[in-house]
Amino acid sequence: MSTAVAPATAAPVADKLTKKQLIADHPTWCPGCGDFAVLAVFYKVLEKLQIPQEKIVVVAGIGCSSRFPYFMNTHSLHFIHGRALPLATGVSLSRPDVHVFVFGGDGDGFSIGGNHLNHAARKNIKLTYVIMDNFVYGLTKNQTSPTTPIGRKSKTDPIGAIDRPINPMKQLLASGATFIGRTHATQVKHMDELFTRAIEHDGFSVIECLSECTMFYPGAFDDGNPRKGGAFDVIDEKQHDVKDDVAAFKLADLPSPGKFGVFYQVNRPTKNELEQRWIDDSQAKLGGASQKDILKKRFEAMR
Amino acid sequence: MSAPAVSVPSSPSHTLRNAVIRLAGNSQDGIQSIGGFLGRLAGRTAHEVMTYMTIPSTISGGPSIFQVHLGSGEVLTAGDEADVLVAFYQHSYDSHISALRNGGICLYDSGEVNEIKNERGIHHFGIPLTAATVEALGGSARDRGKNMLVLGLICAVFGLDKEKLVTIVTRQFGKKDESVLRNALLAFDAGYAYQIGDLEKFAFEPGEAQEANRISTDGNQMLSLGLLAAGVRYGSAYPITPWSPIMETLRIELPKYGGIFVQAEDELAAISMAIGASFAGHLAITGSSGPGISLKQEALGYASMAELPLIVVNVQRGGPSTGLPTSVEQSDLMQAIYGSHGDTPRFVLAPKDVEDCFYIALEAGRIARKYSCPVIILSDQALSSRIEAFTEPDVDKHWVEPSLDLSPRGEEFRPYPLDKTTRHAPPGSKMAAGKYPHISGLEHDEWGHPSGNAKMHQEMTNKRRQKLLDAAAEFPLPEIHGESAGDALLIAWGSAWGPVKEATDRLRSEGYHIGAANMRHLHPMPNGLEKVFAGYKHVIAVEMNDSGAYGFGQLAMLLRARYADPKIKSVCKTDGLAFRVREIVTGVEKHLAGK
Ligand SMILES: Cc1ncc(C[n+]2csc(CCOP(=O)(O)OP(=O)(O)O)c2C)c(N)n1
Ligand code: SF4
Ligand SMILES: [Mg+2]
Repeated sequence: MSTAVAPATAAPVADKLTKKQLIADHPTWCPGCGDFAVLAVFYKVLEKLQIPQEKIVVVAGIGCSSRFPYFMNTHSLHFIHGRALPLATGVSLSRPDVHVFVFGGDGDGFSIGGNHLNHAARKNIKLTYVIMDNFVYGLTKNQTSPTTPIGRKSKTDPIGAIDRPINPMKQLLASGATFIGRTHATQVKHMDELFTRAIEHDGFSVIECLSECTMFYPGAFDDGNPRKGGAFDVIDEKQHDVKDDVAAFKLADLPSPGKFGVFYQVNRPTKNELEQRWIDDSQAKLGGASQKDILKKRFEAMR
Repeated sequence: MSAPAVSVPSSPSHTLRNAVIRLAGNSQDGIQSIGGFLGRLAGRTAHEVMTYMTIPSTISGGPSIFQVHLGSGEVLTAGDEADVLVAFYQHSYDSHISALRNGGICLYDSGEVNEIKNERGIHHFGIPLTAATVEALGGSARDRGKNMLVLGLICAVFGLDKEKLVTIVTRQFGKKDESVLRNALLAFDAGYAYQIGDLEKFAFEPGEAQEANRISTDGNQMLSLGLLAAGVRYGSAYPITPWSPIMETLRIELPKYGGIFVQAEDELAAISMAIGASFAGHLAITGSSGPGISLKQEALGYASMAELPLIVVNVQRGGPSTGLPTSVEQSDLMQAIYGSHGDTPRFVLAPKDVEDCFYIALEAGRIARKYSCPVIILSDQALSSRIEAFTEPDVDKHWVEPSLDLSPRGEEFRPYPLDKTTRHAPPGSKMAAGKYPHISGLEHDEWGHPSGNAKMHQEMTNKRRQKLLDAAAEFPLPEIHGESAGDALLIAWGSAWGPVKEATDRLRSEGYHIGAANMRHLHPMPNGLEKVFAGYKHVIAVEMNDSGAYGFGQLAMLLRARYADPKIKSVCKTDGLAFRVREIVTGVEKHLAGK
């Protein structure tokens, strides 16, 4: 059997995918944790897009949010802290026929895995990555995270955080990601829309989803939740050109709760595509020689 | 030199069985390419060859040597002492004249070397290497041509096959600008025609190695090609010396085979990408040296826990930390076996010479697939860069067709059954029962669900350990070189094998009863070694690592832990250089004398 497989398509298949099929273990998250809503919306979007069940791959690192794969009845892998993106890169590049999804937290993505985020983004690896940002380390019980606002008290900053938090949108814009969005776990319809667009994007699509840690940082995102008196201000794409990264940087500068929606989206060849081109060119030059003959020729040249 | 000692005569003569030529200069003089050409020539003239080089770790260059051991019989080492020294500079002369044997021949650049020591019957021949090159090529190209001039000289002195050598040079430079080849050949011819005082010419006996299709290359090349033959199509790594040539080769070769090699942002990403490709259903590879292997440890432990197949190549260099990046050492054995937290069963193999780098890659692929587990190949700096000549592998015989098993899995499928070793179901495989497996680094049950259950952890630990027990029963015992009972059994692994084998011959010629065994399967060790050991008074592990707190090298420690036998001893060293035969002989004699 060859290792070559046809690229993924979202074409519906004979056996229809239902949300029910996708449900696995009951999540171990605390009651009210924002991550429940993210999971529920993801089930819905997969059902809507009718991606064949066996072609859905869910990967995560370590954290509360990174428990995600266990709650999916699909091929799934729970990896080590911070390295989900490179692992997903290996899956994506070697298996163009499957859909690769990565879920994780702010610590996993921006701290221990920060460098991988930059590189997966600039290489434009075909996959969809959702960062469930709760501004805190949940799993390890309330330490400061790279997105914790200055002044917020935690177990590692008892007098309040002193280090400047990163600005996720700016970070992602600088990294070279080709689809960058921001949403809020209480805004189900908006999440649905953004996830759908991210999945349909041909390239590295990344979404920051503000997802409340009710256990350690309750109320963190109330200012973006109209039901809690906040403002959920969605980007008007008639005003904002999603191809304009300078404009996106300006949007990213707005004070909390900032804007939600697609900050940036462009088309650039994926690494998947560029590598395939190199494969095709290399093989074309060999005029259809079998792999075994290529190796034999290589030895002959060494005689 | 291998016994019986060869004498390069100072008087006319003269057929030789073998000769060790040391070229000493700076790295930018292109002395490695002289060595490379001689190595390739040996392959084509049925001679044996082994090379050895030192390269400074700085790019701007610095003192560097290339030693070639050419012979008509079996060549097992790069040579303890040189028969011929070519010194490009005064500093080269000063540093390396002591490596020349008594009565040897020293050719030096008379424009650079001013002070020579007339000692130990050494024959000195001053040749204006630089000036002669300038004369042959014109002023501009002299640094480029000096090496080719020396190659021409050596070709004439040793009566090498000029036609074949020119063909090899032409093939090498022919791809470049026409003037490059022209200059190279001009310099070569000038060297060939140069009259060196009263130095007589020599000739090698016809080579004994008469097999057809001989090739000559280095260990990194053979390992890369072995991985291709083993059906490896995906990999990822980060550059580091001396591992880099493998990733460079795979990066260029894999697309021809429909595969991809990714240059990752760091070693943590590299091994993660490789595990991703393995999870995706392929057998993937990552590799590195020293510092990079340390960085991979957490993910390596994951591969053991998640039971994913993976090949990890460690081209060992001198450690710890940045250590000696361009020197040889074998100090990563314990790390290979135990290097990450927790009980992480994995397999460890070591190639015994350049040729074996090909076959060890095949064996690694076989084991990784069979036991769905990481397999570490411990190569080393000496194997990585030295050139040897041997018979080309039979690709038809060894070829492993890559495969991707996406067949639907039945009701009974579990990713982690307790009672047997299986492969996971990669993405794309349908689950008949509609229940999809989790691949997990948390301790888990048979389905991959997290489980903190005490009994489950014990049972899963047993299950993972069972792979090692099954393999130990399957792995072959090492063959014995020399005597199968007697005074001592010398045990080698990796590149120490050549010198150990030669030391065995020398000790036997001195009257000792010695056998030698090479361990290709280092973890787990094959069952039944105790029967092999039984016939000897001493079992001495010879390895290039430190004897540590307890006076034993890393393999010796493992053997002692395994067999609790006080007759297991060590001969160790960590000077960054390959073993000299005489170092081993002396070390073994000490143990035999009860010291
Ligand atoms: C190498 C390593 N270092 C530290 C940890 C401990 N650890 C697990 S999760 C985590 C932080 C999780 O925070 P985040 O990614 O924001 O996820 P959350 O739990 O908030 O969803 C840490 C520090 C680990 N598992 N591995
Ligand atoms: S600790 Fe916070 S992030 Fe973790 S499950 Fe509980 S609420 Fe969610
Ligand atoms: Mg968090």
